[in-house]
Amino acid sequence: MFDSCADPKSLEGLAWALCYLTTGKHLLFYGSFFVVLALMLIVAPIALAFGFGGAIAARSPILPLRLFGKAYTAMVRGIPDIVFFLFVPVAMDQGLEYLRYLYKCPHDGTPVWANNEFAVCAAAKLPLSTAPQIWHEVYGFFLAVIAFSVVFGAFAANVLYGAMNAVPRAQLETAEAYGMTTAQVRRRILIPQMWTYALPGLSNLWMILIKATPLLFLLGVEDIVYWARELGATKSQLYDFPHGDWRVWYVLALLCYYLGMTKVSEIVLDRVTNRLSKGQATMAGEAQRKAAA
Amino acid sequence: MKKLILTAAALALSAGTAFAGDVVRMGTEGAYPPYNFINDKGEVDGFERELGDTLCTKAALKCEWVTNEWDSIIPNLLSGNYDTIIAGMSITDERKQTIDFTQNYIPPAASAYAAKSADANLKGVVAAQVGTIQADYVAKSGATLLEFPTLDDTIAAVKNGEADAVFADKDAIKPFVTEGGELVWSGADVPLGGGVGIGLRKSDTELKAKFDAVITAMKADGSLNAMIKKWFGDDSQVF
Repeated sequence: MFDSCADPKSLEGLAWALCYLTTGKHLLFYGSFFVVLALMLIVAPIALAFGFGGAIAARSPILPLRLFGKAYTAMVRGIPDIVFFLFVPVAMDQGLEYLRYLYKCPHDGTPVWANNEFAVCAAAKLPLSTAPQIWHEVYGFFLAVIAFSVVFGAFAANVLYGAMNAVPRAQLETAEAYGMTTAQVRRRILIPQMWTYALPGLSNLWMILIKATPLLFLLGVEDIVYWARELGATKSQLYDFPHGDWRVWYVLALLCYYLGMTKVSEIVLDRVTNRLSKGQATMAGEAQRKAAA
Repeated sequence: MKKLILTAAALALSAGTAFAGDVVRMGTEGAYPPYNFINDKGEVDGFERELGDTLCTKAALKCEWVTNEWDSIIPNLLSGNYDTIIAGMSITDERKQTIDFTQNYIPPAASAYAAKSADANLKGVVAAQVGTIQADYVAKSGATLLEFPTLDDTIAAVKNGEADAVFADKDAIKPFVTEGGELVWSGADVPLGGGVGIGLRKSDTELKAKFDAVITAMKADGSLNAMIKKWFGDDSQVF
């Protein structure tokens, strides 16, 4: 990065450290922090939407919809995360490529799945093997977002389902007595009140999501844990910056990052809890009302 | 969803123009110096990078490098994430049941034990990288096998006393012995495997033929030997 770094083996002390910490590899490491942040910020709203859909479906008076909502939460909650993270992206990748195979490939009788291989013609590959590497990475990231959203969406669905049931029945009955339709009751009374019950569960999920991001590496996305391991590994004289096994220092840096993330999240979530308790018929809401009076 | 549409649109755009040349995606581990490693610029480097690029130029192929965990390197080849495995993978009968190999580009090389002392108990607990021919060998040797996902983990296990010795490709652990100071060779070298070749899907016969032809040519004109000596030292085995 700097001109003075041209001959790293002649450097010492601070100059060495400066050059070492600005190698192309370290810049990729720093960049991967943004990948992880982006993943969390993209997954959170999508998972919440999945959860909302799941919870509404699970409460639906229509039987197939109710069964779908319940099956979704039960299935994801019952299957180990790691199986899901390995299965969803592979299944989606092969599924999408198979769909493209149906209309892009010549059908000359070559089987798609044969002796362990999954082979579609070059035109059906996703992304095409001619696509620049960045598209392969974007695609991998996209599969990761879907996998995370499906898993965390199911947990969110269960939290929201519980929160919806926690809203006092009397509130809903009063609304019905005023002549509101079911949809109106749901939109005006149920949903605004459920958040205060849902928040503790959702904040738990958010914390778990923060700490689950290293699973990205399972999906082939080079995340912070991958780079920490790679950069910390022993470097022989073959490298520009030889050093011993420094993995512990890199892992400590990650520890600080994760602790920082959880601390910031806690502060924000506390504020949101406060805001949502305002005027609610809950203990927190009651305490706020008394303090103000 | 928007992202999917964007990606799909971009792919559809690139699909029209990008069929000029075949792109061969070269899969490697990136953590096994000097065979393959990620250099300080963050690019794939090493003997196999140089060899792979030479092979591609000579076979008039366009190649792109991809890294993948060693653990899942064969499954991801089979599902088409990349087209070759060029990652110091020894040719064995067991692997040949699932994938195909080109002829070897490195002759059968020695594997060796490294430990804290030269008289370490090689029938005790021995660390090896998972899914390697060395791990197989240790399991059959009567020692207790301790498997780790990366080479570095196996070395760390010996240094902190978890394992009595590490058994690995001699060229790969050489720097830990010659530069580290803490480890020494222990016991005799063991010749293992049928040399290192490029792994390919069984259905990719055309690609295999292309690589085989270039490797034969490079063996004949001595350029492969020169490359091996450059990366593995003058006393390494050549063809």
